[in-house]
Amino acid sequence: MFKKILIANRGEIACRVMKTARRMGIQTVAVYSDADRDALHVQLADEAVHIGAAPSSESYLVMERIIQACRESGAEAVHPGYGFLSENADFCEALEREGIRFIGPAPHAIVSMGDKIASKKLAAEAGVNTIPGFAGVIRDAEQAVAVAAEVGYPVMLKASAGGGGKGMRVAWNDVECREGFERATNEALSSFGDGRILIEKYIQQPRHIEIQVMADGFGNTIYLNERECSIQRRNQKVVEEAPSPFLDRSTRRAMGEQAVALASAVQYRSAGTVEFIVDADHNFYFLEMNTRLQVEHPVTEMTTGLDLVELMLRVAAGEKLPLTQADVRLDGWALECRVYAEDPFRNFLPSTGRLVRYRPPAGDESEIRVDTGVYEGGEVSIYYDPMIAKLITHGADRDQAIDRMRQALDEYYIHGVRHNIGFLNAVVAHPRFREGRITTGFIAEEYPDGFFPEHVPQEDPAKPVLVAAAVHRCYMDRAARISGQLPGHERIVHNDWVVLIDGQMHHLQVHPGEAGYRLEYQGRDYCLDTDWRSGQPLFHATIDGETVCFQVEREGLWYHLAYHGAEIRALVMTARAAELYALMPEKMAPDLSRFLLSPMPGLLVKVAVEPGQKVVAGEELAVVEAMKMENVLRAEQDAVVARVAAGPGESLTVDQVILEFE
Amino acid sequence: MQEIIRQLEEKREAARLGGGQRRIERQHAKGKLTARERIELFLDPDSFEEWDMFVEHRCNDFGMAEENVPGDGVVTGYGTVNGRLVFVFSQDFSVFGGSLSEAHAKKICKVMEHAVKVGAPLIGLNDSGGARIQEGVDALAGYADVFQLNVLASGVIPQISMIMGPCAGGAVYSPSMTDFIFMVKDTSYMFVTGPDVVKTVTHEEVTAEELGGAVTHTSRSGVADLAFENDVEALLMLRRFVNFLPASNREKPPVWPNEDPAGRVEISLDSLIPDDDNRPYDMKELILKVVDNGDFFEIQPDYAGNILVGFARMQGSTVGIVANQPLVLAGCLDIDSSKKAARFVRFCDAFNIPLITFVDVPGFLPGTSQEFGGIIKHGAKLLYAYAEATVPKVTLITRKAYGGAYDVMSSKHLRGDVNLAWPSAEIAVMGPKGAVEIIFRHDIGDHQKIEQRTAEYRAKFANPFVAGHRGFIDDVIMPHSTRKRICRSLAMLKDKKLENPWRKHGNIPL
Repeated sequence: MFKKILIANRGEIACRVMKTARRMGIQTVAVYSDADRDALHVQLADEAVHIGAAPSSESYLVMERIIQACRESGAEAVHPGYGFLSENADFCEALEREGIRFIGPAPHAIVSMGDKIASKKLAAEAGVNTIPGFAGVIRDAEQAVAVAAEVGYPVMLKASAGGGGKGMRVAWNDVECREGFERATNEALSSFGDGRILIEKYIQQPRHIEIQVMADGFGNTIYLNERECSIQRRNQKVVEEAPSPFLDRSTRRAMGEQAVALASAVQYRSAGTVEFIVDADHNFYFLEMNTRLQVEHPVTEMTTGLDLVELMLRVAAGEKLPLTQADVRLDGWALECRVYAEDPFRNFLPSTGRLVRYRPPAGDESEIRVDTGVYEGGEVSIYYDPMIAKLITHGADRDQAIDRMRQALDEYYIHGVRHNIGFLNAVVAHPRFREGRITTGFIAEEYPDGFFPEHVPQEDPAKPVLVAAAVHRCYMDRAARISGQLPGHERIVHNDWVVLIDGQMHHLQVHPGEAGYRLEYQGRDYCLDTDWRSGQPLFHATIDGETVCFQVEREGLWYHLAYHGAEIRALVMTARAAELYALMPEKMAPDLSRFLLSPMPGLLVKVAVEPGQKVVAGEELAVVEAMKMENVLRAEQDAVVARVAAGPGESLTVDQVILEFE
Repeated sequence: MQEIIRQLEEKREAARLGGGQRRIERQHAKGKLTARERIELFLDPDSFEEWDMFVEHRCNDFGMAEENVPGDGVVTGYGTVNGRLVFVFSQDFSVFGGSLSEAHAKKICKVMEHAVKVGAPLIGLNDSGGARIQEGVDALAGYADVFQLNVLASGVIPQISMIMGPCAGGAVYSPSMTDFIFMVKDTSYMFVTGPDVVKTVTHEEVTAEELGGAVTHTSRSGVADLAFENDVEALLMLRRFVNFLPASNREKPPVWPNEDPAGRVEISLDSLIPDDDNRPYDMKELILKVVDNGDFFEIQPDYAGNILVGFARMQGSTVGIVANQPLVLAGCLDIDSSKKAARFVRFCDAFNIPLITFVDVPGFLPGTSQEFGGIIKHGAKLLYAYAEATVPKVTLITRKAYGGAYDVMSSKHLRGDVNLAWPSAEIAVMGPKGAVEIIFRHDIGDHQKIEQRTAEYRAKFANPFVAGHRGFIDDVIMPHSTRKRICRSLAMLKDKKLENPWRKHGNIPL
């Protein structure tokens, strides 16, 4: 086994690889860019080598730097993680020339699977199902109809040069096929200057299901079951699971065997993934093969009990696979959510900055796993992928895995950057997801106009009312114990309270109990047990025996509650205060300010926008330097820039207009 | 006897109606509560002891003899907030527009005198059209009586004004002499002369809201300390505010049960200071991670953002926080921030509230507007306030402490009790680059030499240790242990005794 390896990656995957290496007694070397000087993977490694500037093109993607780092540190092998240089055959070869082992497949396998057309051909030759279609260019509409008849309707007509849905047409019969061919040709011509059209079978209700394979280079190739990754947003996977709720044993086996056949055909070594698209009738077709460790590999690990990185290391060190196909287990169910620093309410705009608070959920290792690359007080950098962690839960069955996921998401506390925790929670709570009726179109179909937390249905609308009341009662009880009270006239906290949520007044009674509170609400008694103390961000409780975790933040008089993907603002008052509150006028949204003013005298360093440009709240507009400090001015709301009133290099007075909005 | 009791109840009922049902409805229609509703919300339930319910004015001119409403436009008395005694007056706009008469003023003066005598805060809920014109000079005398008592009570008991309606002309000078002014958005305004007079005199067209609304005074003039959305939120937040205050200058701040461990470690503070000297960071994060439960009651959040001031608790007991905010103007001291912080420091000192000062200050803000505006005198206010303060003073330098601003910000030299620094602290006359350009001005142009000198200067002064050698810094601490170290310092200083020499009063540079 290797004594020392270098991990040519960053973030959670670098940390994850190091964890296994450490367990196996292998020394680890991290590489880092300027932006990652204090990153978690650098702290976890035994040693770390600086490899360049923040942009990955000047650091993580520069082969020579990484090879140099290997030389300096004496690393015998390189684990590439995913992304960056993980599927780069040149890198692989360059390492080999240096006598450094690449922890992954041989270069020829990377090359042959790297080319989409070549890999499809190879797959077909290996007996793998490929999407039926015509391999050549279609001459005219008549040929299109003939080919369509052969492939079977519905068919997809798509531009050979295409991408982004342009020049794509679905045809369900001959008439549509003829018409679609003309249109697609024209569109392709105008969009790409290339009118060539291909035809293939149109897959209805497609699912993305992939097979994990593992091979040792001695002819032993096994499959480690499937992962379903149908929950995607713009081709980016969001939620993954193993096994797939859709596959039966025979389909799994058929897919697994085909994946193994493909891997064997290219003398594959190490971990790889064969991606399939699966239609509503359980027909599956080869998409592509990824010759690396996948982001979503933990769900396979959680259900097979294997450590894929360990297997990769062993195989790379020349060992044989320690198990055969018959040894591969499938235990329970695992789910993975990708936690991103992005704002679901602003079209998933990436969010960067300091993680002021970062507390991932914790629990039994067999039930919950967090692969994270950040820490509280760390930075989410603008230079790299904004994924901050992967949250994986395991259960005896799918429902249990989902329940644990929801609980874990509720407990995931992130503050300082925007994140998609609420969105993830809403997705896994969606009835369609629960029932396993998912396709790659799920997110686009269920959230066509974007995601709004207030539209997340509450399975039990009483819960936020009860929690808000209990939280408030706790604050009131503490205040009632303040020193200096008039003897005999001490504060008595009454039990009648009103919770205001979304304009609705909810009357209830809150009685202190032994382990929490007893609440009377809408003629029902609730028992809420909690050891929550004022100020804590997570409100753990059981309500009538059911475990809940609310995130609670106090802003002025209001409580912001987050639970199961919903965000709730609540105000708790006495009955009398609520009565008077009803007299208060509803305020109009404040007048949108049409100008960006300089908040200080200083030098305008940069104007980041142009007239006519649409900006979203939080977007950088300009940079003003004062006292040699750069101050970034950001949009307070979505707007369109009408005019730029000051230019870079200009010195500004306080309140000088920099931009005018429409 | 039954009959007499019935008559009393009737009289009370009449008094409680104030200006009558129609006027009460009109007040509600404006989105405002009545004087009594406000008191009811502010005080603990059933704790209000009303005084002078039957007081009437004695004016006979202009038909006033026929118009008499018991209480005369102001509700006064005492009650409790979380069991603690407060005195309160609440002007009743439904009675003569809440206008101040001789009798009205006398009622206010009575509760003020009592508040001073027993040592309890005085809270004024202001909603008044101004002086009762029909009374003439009697009303003016009434104002002056109130002013005089405001001044005598100043520094003896906390005085808080909540502006909940009009407050114009001479009326503004009572709130302006109290310790804090809070306002309700859209329904309150304060100015010395109103929009009509302004238009006549200066030809400026301005609305009452623009001239003296809550937004104007909390963000532009700095006259008011906080603005609230409506009457209910304002009064409930006022309750929370009162929880921070000692009853008088004879008492220590109140304490409540604390559940936040004094030894709580915050590892993330170790990475709060950016690698790049000139990159700002949010000082509020430090405050929130150090104080009990992250509960920080900020004062004047929208005014002079380059300094943060407000109340919090350490181990359950009130502290005052003053902190430079690098996010705004790089945390420089300027006229507005000096005035804002100076007033806050003096309040804390007057009422035995320990001061915690977080320092990251590159200096005073340069510029003609500052010099012409009198930064010399205004900056001196903060210097004076810190130097004069005898309460426990704990100071932490996080990064820059340059020049005169270092001295000002509760330094050892101004009797700072415990002065701590993070390893990232730089205590020097100025930044390395500026210093080198002066000391080695003959080398300017020789890039290499300047760079070398800058590195030398940085190595020598851009750290807390030179100050440490002199004992100006008591210790250099790990950022993650900040809460523990400050809690312990405050516990050690709990019984601090320090007195300034006797004098009639000092002469702060006003």
